[in-house]
Amino acid sequence: MRDTSVTLAGVELKNPVMTASGTFGSGAEYSEFYDLGKLGAVVTKGVANVPWPGNPTPRIAETASGMLNAIGLQNPGLDVILTRDIPYLKKYDTKIVVNVCGKTVEDYCEVVERLRTEPVDLLEINVSCPNVKEGGIAFGQDPRALEAITKEVKRYAKQPVIMKLSPNVTDITEMARAAEAGGADILSLINTLTGMKIDIHRRTFALANKTGGMSGPAIKPVAVRMVYQTAQAVKLPIIGMGGICDASDAMEFILAGATAVSVGTANFANPYAALQVAEGIEAYMEQYQVENIKTLIGAVSG
Amino acid sequence: MKSREFATVIEQSEIADKIYSLWIQTNKIAEEARPGQFLSLYSQDQSRMLPRPISICEIDREKGHIRMVYRIAGEGTEEFSHKKPGEQLEVLGPLGNGFPLDTGKKRICLIGGGIGIPPMVQLARESEGEVQIVAGYRDALFLTEELQQYGSLYVATEDGSAGTKGTVLDALKAHGLTADLICACGPKPMLRAVKAYAEEQGILCYLSMEERMACGIGACLACVCQSREVDAHTHVHNKRVCKDGPVFLSTEVEL
Repeated sequence: MRDTSVTLAGVELKNPVMTASGTFGSGAEYSEFYDLGKLGAVVTKGVANVPWPGNPTPRIAETASGMLNAIGLQNPGLDVILTRDIPYLKKYDTKIVVNVCGKTVEDYCEVVERLRTEPVDLLEINVSCPNVKEGGIAFGQDPRALEAITKEVKRYAKQPVIMKLSPNVTDITEMARAAEAGGADILSLINTLTGMKIDIHRRTFALANKTGGMSGPAIKPVAVRMVYQTAQAVKLPIIGMGGICDASDAMEFILAGATAVSVGTANFANPYAALQVAEGIEAYMEQYQVENIKTLIGAVSG
Repeated sequence: MKSREFATVIEQSEIADKIYSLWIQTNKIAEEARPGQFLSLYSQDQSRMLPRPISICEIDREKGHIRMVYRIAGEGTEEFSHKKPGEQLEVLGPLGNGFPLDTGKKRICLIGGGIGIPPMVQLARESEGEVQIVAGYRDALFLTEELQQYGSLYVATEDGSAGTKGTVLDALKAHGLTADLICACGPKPMLRAVKAYAEEQGILCYLSMEERMACGIGACLACVCQSREVDAHTHVHNKRVCKDGPVFLSTEVEL
């Protein structure tokens, strides 16, 4: 039996495969396709203290080997997550990660504090959504603001805290160090890259929000590079993501220094994507006679 | 129950300019499918990641066949249009909720506009009572023979080349049609006009909506439409077209 388990801040995942926030709802839609217990963890869509209606439509546009989205963090607020989604996810043998969004530091802290007594394994703090004007990205592009919000969130959090980093910065390592200095337990990267698409026939923006977050295989090399740089710069475990469609993609991130990986946009192209990544990692270990996946974390050489 | 399958193309032809008719052999999908539901079709080109939602035009449950009639709107649908009999097509479905068939209403008016006409074929076939169909085209007609088989067909064209010159509502009024149930699918301005007409006349009305989709199964929240009441999923005023729709009671949605 090969050991696919990994540990993030003391939380053991049966395998390194997670779902990227916003692409998987709270799991219910995908549980019609496979057992969520086959995944290392399910990460919920971002949740705020109160419901958010999100942006006007169109909210998505396809791009070459990727897509743009500007959903705008539509979410039902924490109450619904607590009464509907977390109990639902508890039925599965997987770890539960709640992604938290907010407009102010107080919003984030309120959600994190109310989650203290909930059966949630990890918290992921979204300070990098490019699609909402207030909050979010404002904290994710300034290292001092990032360090400060990390410190505040850590004061209220019971579970280990993942800070999700934005790639829309000059130096990702500066942001990673700021989150580490603020007391983050884990980093996840990358969130989407800000992009734009124009419909030349209608001469309008493809998205009502004009700009959106770009994701999918087109951004994978950027993501792998940033994960590698971050792994060199900080001691924290990293959850790598950005365009992962299959186990080969996932292995690139692990070799670059990620302890776990998240599958995002690929869930839209193939509802079985995350499951197949988990199965494919085992096949890779078989192929190369790897006994323990942990030995491959950051094992790229040269 | 939805399933993902590699369906086999049985037959494909261009039935009007850039409008294609595609019959596929499915394993389970046809058996489960209902009028007004749709399928997600996946490109084999990995640079096109997102599925294309295509409405169901006809269902042959015994043979497991499904017909889709779609317009080439970009590279994805262009790719599908080149599929030859015997080739495989990756599909997911049936998706969405479809039109209700148990309203008990006996005088039914089905209204389709442009590429919103195809779902009316199967709906007309399965509707009981007096079925009147109003189909609005820009210019070239398609699916008229099929529609005539299952109801009385009234045509409207924008350029006046066939039937009533003008919109579906112009045709409906020109022929003095009355109904106690309206089911409509078409472009947003048409749906808006049909909704206003039905509500003004006090007619029960269902609308099939369209919006840009990513997942097609209710997870990503891309394809929302504004709802009058707070929605059950997010507790705001956004219903998911792919999952809560695409068919909505006209009074449920704001257009």
